[in-house]
Amino acid sequence: MKHLSDKALARLRNGAALPDLTGTRYCLLGLVARGGMGVVYQAEDKDLQRRVALKVLEVAGSEGELANRLMREARVLARLEHPGIVPVHDVGTLADGRLFYTMKFVEGQQLDKYIESVALIPDRLRIFLRICDAVAFAHARGVLHRDLKPANVMVGPFGEVLVMDWGLAKILPTADYPDAAIRDNPAPNSADRISGISVVTGHGSVMGTPGYMSPEQARGEVELLDARSDIFSLGVVLRFVLGQTLAIRSSRRTERAMEAICAKACAQGREARYATVQELAMDVSRYLDGLAVAAYRETIFEKLGRFYLRYRFFILLIGTYLFVRVFLVLFYKH
Amino acid sequence: MNKVLLGLLLGAALGAVDGGTAWFTPAVRAQLAGIIVGSTIKGLIAGVAAGIFARKVNSVPLGILFGLAVGFVLAFLVAYMQHGYYLEIILPGSIVGMIVGYATQRYGTTPAPAR
Repeated sequence: MKHLSDKALARLRNGAALPDLTGTRYCLLGLVARGGMGVVYQAEDKDLQRRVALKVLEVAGSEGELANRLMREARVLARLEHPGIVPVHDVGTLADGRLFYTMKFVEGQQLDKYIESVALIPDRLRIFLRICDAVAFAHARGVLHRDLKPANVMVGPFGEVLVMDWGLAKILPTADYPDAAIRDNPAPNSADRISGISVVTGHGSVMGTPGYMSPEQARGEVELLDARSDIFSLGVVLRFVLGQTLAIRSSRRTERAMEAICAKACAQGREARYATVQELAMDVSRYLDGLAVAAYRETIFEKLGRFYLRYRFFILLIGTYLFVRVFLVLFYKH
Repeated sequence: MNKVLLGLLLGAALGAVDGGTAWFTPAVRAQLAGIIVGSTIKGLIAGVAAGIFARKVNSVPLGILFGLAVGFVLAFLVAYMQHGYYLEIILPGSIVGMIVGYATQRYGTTPAPAR
């Protein structure tokens, strides 16, 4: 009897793990990423002749916590039609019994890698504002992301910014969507996913990424989570975008107004944070425009300094005019 | 504020102030009122021209250059009619044109397109 080599065995194992796309309109192209809940492949939609990302559950069956989560993620994405959120195309069950959904295949880089190529702080802040746009839209639709971090933001080749991985999203009841079918309802105390540094456990325990999740999220107070929890994560993302480390308290000195914005977004008490993402985005926009920000009370000298910086060329022109006038009056006799 | 209105108001204000500085020249102090009116109209014309230019061309350097050119030409015409005071009129007048050209480009707003 002939034995198979380890290499051949590994190939067979990989082949068996691949999703069976028989009967679907998709053709497998390659592996993109592997998580705790599922695997993302690059596939081709044969009918529409376009590449898609195919997320497949690792275990067969449409019942169970993982299947519920995958279906919930697909439904959350379907609810969020926004340029900053990756759109879902299709959902179904493969011939091998595994649940899947397809979404837009995003070519680009994760924010944590992309940001290294962006040198200017205003450009970095503009990227951050686009993340805020997407998150604010989700909040308006009653969806909390709960796992906002640079690794979950993709920047496309044309500068498009997409918020990814809505697998931990919490759906709040809204007037538009009162149905409970896709609400957050994890099984009690089931530690069901460990993906990268994301940690997901059941009701009343921790969901999110350490370092990025709010204190109330870290304490597992799921019922207290609201937009301000995502705002905390956005504050940490903002610090990251500005070039700081994950540490909440940083020794590096940054400009006081921006530091105040970060501090307000990352306040330990949720009452002290911005109430909405729009408020946070507004403060960052005002900072970008050289205006006073709500998070920081300026001294008169800082106000004057900001005024000078904002209107310095205009002030220079007026100064030149006055200088010429004084010169002509004092020294030039017709 | 829209670009033309901003140019008009700023041009008129700066023109009036520019004309008012004639008070420091005793020889023309008697004609101060006429100088102020003339200078205000000059600034107003330069401001409106800069505002219209800013509506057509969205460029701060070109706006400054245009303001400088308009300010220079108008100031030259005034000085020519005065038969003198070329430097006292042209130099500040040109700078006023630059200021208005810059301000209309930088701080003026474009009206929203009609629906």
